[in-house]
Amino acid sequence: MYVFGFAVLAVVATAAGVAVFVVDSMARATFALAVSFVAVGAELLLLGSGYLGVITVLMMIMEMAIMAVFMIMFMMNPAGLMPMSMVHNKRGSLAISLGAFAALALGAILVPWPDRRGKPAGDVTRALGESIMGPKMLVMIGVSAVLFATIVSALTMATSRGRYDRSPSAPMGAGD
Amino acid sequence: MSGPADAWRVLPVGALVLVVAGLAAFADAALAPAPGRLPLVQRLGVPMSEAARLLRQRRRGVVGSDGLLRVVGCAGPLVVALLMAVVVPFGGVTGADLPVGLVWFNAMDVVLWATWWLAGWGTNSAYGLVGGYRFLAQAIAYELPLMFALTTAGIAAGSLQTSQIVAAQHGTWFVVQMPVAALVFVLSVAAFTAWAPFDHPAGRDAAGGLLAELSGIDRLLLLVGRYALLGVGAAMSAALFLGGGGGPLLPGWLWSTVKTAAVLLALVAMRHRCASLPAERFMRWAWLVVLPLTVLQALVTSVVAATGR
Repeated sequence: MYVFGFAVLAVVATAAGVAVFVVDSMARATFALAVSFVAVGAELLLLGSGYLGVITVLMMIMEMAIMAVFMIMFMMNPAGLMPMSMVHNKRGSLAISLGAFAALALGAILVPWPDRRGKPAGDVTRALGESIMGPKMLVMIGVSAVLFATIVSALTMATSRGRYDRSPSAPMGAGD
Repeated sequence: MSGPADAWRVLPVGALVLVVAGLAAFADAALAPAPGRLPLVQRLGVPMSEAARLLRQRRRGVVGSDGLLRVVGCAGPLVVALLMAVVVPFGGVTGADLPVGLVWFNAMDVVLWATWWLAGWGTNSAYGLVGGYRFLAQAIAYELPLMFALTTAGIAAGSLQTSQIVAAQHGTWFVVQMPVAALVFVLSVAAFTAWAPFDHPAGRDAAGGLLAELSGIDRLLLLVGRYALLGVGAAMSAALFLGGGGGPLLPGWLWSTVKTAAVLLALVAMRHRCASLPAERFMRWAWLVVLPLTVLQALVTSVVAATGR
């Protein structure tokens, strides 16, 4: 059952990845890529790492939604009204991607996989956090707050005279 | 973790979501303060006649619209509402009590970023696309406060499992302990549903925005999905911040129903009583006022949780 589900999702992920380069619209290409990532996230769910799987789906869909804005803003022919290609140097890129795919797939099949030792932790999410951050948890939490504050303040500074050109002292909601 | 044998449980959850969506539509019709108001009985007939009209209406579309993406966009809200509903505890029962239920709910609301935009793009209408872009701008405004609100509930309960979060409110409801997070969550439900005052993506100033070109079954599906999202969001608010099925005398499912109905009615009543909030103004409020407040709320809750344990 799980193996079957895994195989189906693997095919979906690969096919959606191929579709990115086959479809002729930027919007379809973007969301084909999103489908591919969602299938990978579902694979992680099947492997029993719930947090990683769900967070992959969350991040990738958010990312693709934002990317759609920029891709359509900057690419020629976004709606696929004329034939378009996502590929430059068609033959070379095809050879490289097929070669990479074959090498990775063969590696996955031919490598002698070790048997499982030990058991998964009861709370996989907690174990994941411990193993990524371990004793540096406090530092990481501090750093994350600083990083986040940096993002917010950078954005605030960057947009204080944005599209609507408000003066920084304008009251909330005024100026439009 | 529940196995495949428990999978049947999601079927009643799906049926319940559709019932709640229908009730939300009736409540919306009953509370609408339209000029030249009809009597209540006739107003309650409006959702049914509108549904019948849309079912019969032939789908009209713009030349060159992207049918596949439009269908994904129109079905999106309903599918997302159904997927969200499986982790919502209702009177002591949860469809699928995932260990990471809270993150699942969050991931599903992020799926709406894609589906709302696709609904706008797929119709090949300038107004629809304007609506889609407006939704993404709005999403950037509400998503971080929403994430912090969810995180705060998770921190206080010490778990990402929604049933554990309900259990942690045995003493005090989280709305008392973290009022900012509770309020932000309820308003975020309105925001990801594109519900007034956050209905700028479907605003009248853009001829209906996301809804401008949708007709027939597409429009019906999207509107049903919107009501379903509202209902599921209300049920999640009741579970995360109002103690879920907890309460004196009455059984759990009845308490969950009462609390969900209260939040749902508040959201529906808000619709016709608020002016639409443009995305750029919403952004200013969300990032300069609401976001610092939610971070502060998370900090206070973390300190309380760390010292209390």
